[in-house]
Amino acid sequence: MPASTPRSGSVAMSVDQITEAPVIEAAPRRPMSLQLKVGLVITGSIVLLGLLAPWIAPHPWDTISMRTRFVPPNATYWFGTDEYGRDVLSRLLMGTRLSLAMGVSATLVSLAVGIPMGLAAGYFRGWVDEVLMRLADVFMAIPPIMLGLLVLAVTPPALWKTALAVGFVYIPPIARLARSVTLTLANEEFIQAAKARAETNSYILFREILPNAWPPLIVEASLRVTYAILLGSALSFLGLGAQPPSSDWGLMISEARAFIDRAPWIALAPGFAMCLLVIGINLLGDGARERLDPRLKSRVTER
Amino acid sequence: MTGYIARRLLFVVLVLVAVSMLVFSITALLPANVAHLILGPFAPPEQVRALELKLGLTDPIWLQYVRWAGGFLSGNLGESTLMNRPIGPLLMEAIGRSMMLTGASFVLIAVIGIGLGIIAALRHGGPLDHGISVGTYLGIAVPEFFWAIIVIIVVAAWLGWLPASGYEPLSAGFTVWAKHLIAPTMTLVFGHLAHVSRLTRSSMIEVLQSPYVTAARAKGLPERVVVMHHALRNALLPTITVLALDFGRLMGGIVVVETIFAYPGLGRLIVFSIQNRDLPTLQAAILVVAAIYALANLLADLLYARFNPKIRFGRNVG
Repeated sequence: MPASTPRSGSVAMSVDQITEAPVIEAAPRRPMSLQLKVGLVITGSIVLLGLLAPWIAPHPWDTISMRTRFVPPNATYWFGTDEYGRDVLSRLLMGTRLSLAMGVSATLVSLAVGIPMGLAAGYFRGWVDEVLMRLADVFMAIPPIMLGLLVLAVTPPALWKTALAVGFVYIPPIARLARSVTLTLANEEFIQAAKARAETNSYILFREILPNAWPPLIVEASLRVTYAILLGSALSFLGLGAQPPSSDWGLMISEARAFIDRAPWIALAPGFAMCLLVIGINLLGDGARERLDPRLKSRVTER
Repeated sequence: MTGYIARRLLFVVLVLVAVSMLVFSITALLPANVAHLILGPFAPPEQVRALELKLGLTDPIWLQYVRWAGGFLSGNLGESTLMNRPIGPLLMEAIGRSMMLTGASFVLIAVIGIGLGIIAALRHGGPLDHGISVGTYLGIAVPEFFWAIIVIIVVAAWLGWLPASGYEPLSAGFTVWAKHLIAPTMTLVFGHLAHVSRLTRSSMIEVLQSPYVTAARAKGLPERVVVMHHALRNALLPTITVLALDFGRLMGGIVVVETIFAYPGLGRLIVFSIQNRDLPTLQAAILVVAAIYALANLLADLLYARFNPKIRFGRNVG
């Protein structure tokens, strides 16, 4: 594989600042940056806590108890209790799973649709490119949260539908990135070679281009998880996601709104948890990006 | 340049036509049509039938679309099924209030964001730079609705300075009006500072290292003049683009913020019409938002092209 040939100048200027796709090569072993380490620790612990939630939660997350309503944080209830006397920490831990599952599954939906779209647009060019990208433009012409609302307006709310809607909303940016990576790769010599061998289009797309396009896509996807979590929780907050008595973080904050002056801890706990998760994933993603291609400076995140 | 602008404008129009089709097509996806929604679940079938005929709901979907879009263009947006009022005035009121909110936020984002960016660039690498950088990073990591909660807890519940929610018209007095505007504006500003300040910082750092800034300093000009006159003008070019994009982003931000602060603008109208299945209002409102968003993006593109000739003559900018 002519993987280490000096690459030609960038072919496609993309909005995503990807000027060249790094071809997989023996990555030089560098020590992990502090950013990457902190990101790994934060994200790792949250994922672990979420996975272990049913076993480590100190109290049942959904048992209503009128005698323990609005207990401020103390030794028994570390994060206090809510308006139904439920332990906030236990609900928070169980909610971790929902937020993570929502973010990850939504991103998988965007990847599953966006990557083939981008590959096709970047490889076939011409009218395929034109049609797919103009379609992406139409969907990007509506603010993400409005597009989510529009999709969810027609059905009774449920968390899986929210995940699906969020995944749908973020297809265009993934497709655009996949396209710009493909445009760069399509001129590489090994693709010319595959064409000369008369390989089928699907072979070239999925066996030659896709494996080399993965690294930037994976990094982008990990950052996309935070957008998905933020958008999903905002939709839940607006009542178009998880439904009571679920302990989804967005819903928890929404329900806690009425008691802000007497029991602010109910809203603060899931809020801070969400910030920590988003910061953790961002550090992880930015760290991985710089490790992958040190020339790409951490960018200003768009939302 | 004129040709470029014409092309971009045409594109915006085409996108909006496509968006209007998208928005309209959700009517076809709904299990119940507008006649059912108006008359309620217990209406006798013949009555529903009569209203369907009157509203033209039995016509093919494309004809319904043409009628709806035609009405839109002639300024007739239909009637809200919930409030029994024409949508036009309803929407105009909401847009006006939302514009007060987004306008105030936008100005503050520009002023504070650029200011922070300049300070961070001048103190490049120092503790103040790091502080600003961490602060703006937080701004972006914290979801808007959580910012809102924090603002309410601190300013309304704890300090008791401001009302926690609601809206008062200007006719109720300037202070009352302004007090209701402060909390939602603060929320929007926190959430959007990072883009502007980080971009200003990085382009300012770059410009400050350029030869002509060194030349200006060598001439013995005072540092204030060098920074404000020579460096800032050039450093702000990319920031202007981001500001235009941010105006579009604010249109998304108002949905959550207006809902939390019970501020009767466009965002709350959209959420309200979804909760109450007021489809005609929802469609009109989303189309208006898409138009504002598209124009903001167009403005960003044009400003970018104005300052970057390479793009202006590029073939495919889409």
